[in-house]
Amino acid sequence: MKRALAIMVGAALILLLATLTLVVMPYLQMSAEQVPPDLKPYTERQLEGRQIYIANGCVYCHSQQPRDPSFASGDKDRGWGRPSVPGDYAYDTPHLLGTMRTGPDLFNIGARQPSKDWHLLHLYNPQAVVKDSIMPPYRFLFRWVRSVGEDDTVVRLPEPYAPEEGYIVPTEQALALVDYLLALDRTYPAPTLPEPEKTQE
Amino acid sequence: MTPTIAVLLIITFLLSTVGLLLLIWSIANNQFSHGQQSARTIFSPGEEGIGEDPAEAPQRQKQELPDAEYRARHDADQSSRLATLSWLSSSVFWLLLGSAYGLLSSAKMHMPELLANSEFLTFGRVRPMHLNAVTYGWASMAGIAIALFLIPRLFKTRLAGGRFAVIGAVLWNIGLVLGLGAINLGLSDGKEWLEFPWQIDLLFVIGGALAAIPLLLTAKQRTVSHLYVTSWYFLAALVWFPFLFLIANLPYTFPGTSGATVNWWFAHNVLGLWVTPIGIGIAYYMIPKIMGRPIISYQLSLIGFWSLALFYSQVGIHHLVGGPIPTWLVTLSIVHSVMMSIPVITVAINHHGTMMGNFHRLKDSPTLRFVWIGALMYTVSSLQGSMEALRSVNVITHFTHYTVAHAHLGMYAFLSFILFGAVYFIMPRLMNWEWPWRRLIALHFWLVSIGILIYVVSLTIGGWKQGVELLTADTPFMDIVRMTLPYLEARTIGGSLMTAGHIVFAFHFVAMLLRKGRLQDQPTLFRNPAREVSQ
Repeated sequence: MKRALAIMVGAALILLLATLTLVVMPYLQMSAEQVPPDLKPYTERQLEGRQIYIANGCVYCHSQQPRDPSFASGDKDRGWGRPSVPGDYAYDTPHLLGTMRTGPDLFNIGARQPSKDWHLLHLYNPQAVVKDSIMPPYRFLFRWVRSVGEDDTVVRLPEPYAPEEGYIVPTEQALALVDYLLALDRTYPAPTLPEPEKTQE
Repeated sequence: MTPTIAVLLIITFLLSTVGLLLLIWSIANNQFSHGQQSARTIFSPGEEGIGEDPAEAPQRQKQELPDAEYRARHDADQSSRLATLSWLSSSVFWLLLGSAYGLLSSAKMHMPELLANSEFLTFGRVRPMHLNAVTYGWASMAGIAIALFLIPRLFKTRLAGGRFAVIGAVLWNIGLVLGLGAINLGLSDGKEWLEFPWQIDLLFVIGGALAAIPLLLTAKQRTVSHLYVTSWYFLAALVWFPFLFLIANLPYTFPGTSGATVNWWFAHNVLGLWVTPIGIGIAYYMIPKIMGRPIISYQLSLIGFWSLALFYSQVGIHHLVGGPIPTWLVTLSIVHSVMMSIPVITVAINHHGTMMGNFHRLKDSPTLRFVWIGALMYTVSSLQGSMEALRSVNVITHFTHYTVAHAHLGMYAFLSFILFGAVYFIMPRLMNWEWPWRRLIALHFWLVSIGILIYVVSLTIGGWKQGVELLTADTPFMDIVRMTLPYLEARTIGGSLMTAGHIVFAFHFVAMLLRKGRLQDQPTLFRNPAREVSQ
């Protein structure tokens, strides 16, 4: 039993060390990072939209982290924005950095596509806006109505995609999600840009 | 110099001093003495040279082993029956469910209109359900099951406290049902590999702890003096998983980017410190046992163990290369990722070196064929992983399907193959019954092998091209999407073959549970030896 115990204690100590370097130290360093003064906290509604983003797994195809142009030039040249810094995510819990770019980076989608109509149409039918897009439609975030009420926003569908009669209107969820997407605008200057990574392994 | 780097330097200095002292201590105390003799712990006296395999007639083993030894082993095997079967049967169910979700997500990638009207079947929910079902359902449960079977054998005694493991399996299954249901309803926690709501995660911590009780109780009653290397891996994995799972799931603790570092520290440790030790632990038992010869270097296996612990625990942040986190952190993980080649090479020397001169056995033995291919793919996927962590490679492969191919090379071609092989070894011993149809084993093998080959090759090529093009801003984004489509379609074909293989496997597993087929006096091999002789 003594030897079994030694193995388990040794294993635990090694993991403890890794926790120190990979969890505790980054936490201490990054929570001391300066929050960019121009970064606004999310509104109640934007946070609701953020939950819709999480619930429907947008993160599995979209990242929110442009890389440094000296490292990966494509990110900036595609118009995804300056490299992001820890402070940009001060209000992001849980983080939604993402690891996949089946679709484009969304760190600045609110600045790239500031139109609410565009987003609603795109969520309802991505292929109507971007030919051959493989993004799935989110029709379940919309409903069909015969006539439009006073407060309803109508999704402006072009001819072949529009229903024969009646209208497509977004649910509260779709509107909140669009609100969140429009808030993804980090075009303000970052006070602490990371140093360019000179060493390339 | 920032204070962080100063602290890092001090830790490094202290660590190397402690390491040096430990080395001196262990040499002075003869800790390296258990050499090849210890590698023979898994054999009974006189058993060396006789392979133990479902592919080997039990009568023959009975003749050549002393009666008492044979009966003791039979007792040990039977003692874990209920505990092992409760985890194993569940895992086969989750494998089927996870495959279905995987196949659906793959198809949705190139057919966005497929089943798109329901929010419960949208890609962003089906994909994490696949990952969680196969990771926590199939791989973890099958791994625990096989560990429960091997424990009494490794310690040469009966399994103690098996009923705790059975209760653990029940809790774990409840956790999976609730967790997958929560993702389906859109209640995900939002972090990859940690989607289950943290309230549900407690069930896994308790269920896992309950499965660990028999391991400790049986270790206490063991009749062997040396702990064989397989039990080292199992003991360590058992400490690591609850620790990791608990910290990573702490709610409201890690905001913003520090949440991202914890997320990926955890996600890679689930591979490195949970399923990998189980997978190589099993291979360390199966390969020498089936061959009837001890592993070629026992000392190397122990070095491999400790270096795996040291290096694998710090690789996680290579998932954030180029991300908004401190550069030293990324560099630390890259260095450790490259250092991982040390444990990988020691394990490779032992696994493949022990096989040397016995490759013809792959023709007959289902267990050996699955386990050895799995061990080979461990070597391949780990070395690929070390390369992928380098900044110059990662800048291309990050954010692409290449990573997905790599993940399946590890979780499937390495881990799942070893698990399949072990199941073919275990079931005849638990059920006292031979596998009913050898053609089904062969069919399973070829379906999953061809399937994963198509899967990995297509996504590796497609992902690499995708990564190169993403760096060139002149290529419009939609051109890249169109370019990847044929590779995504090929992946669906590969995935369909794998799923078909799993259906064959599950069918055969159920037939085995029900003892279908004829009573056989000889084991089920890929080839029928009797017929070979008569030809």
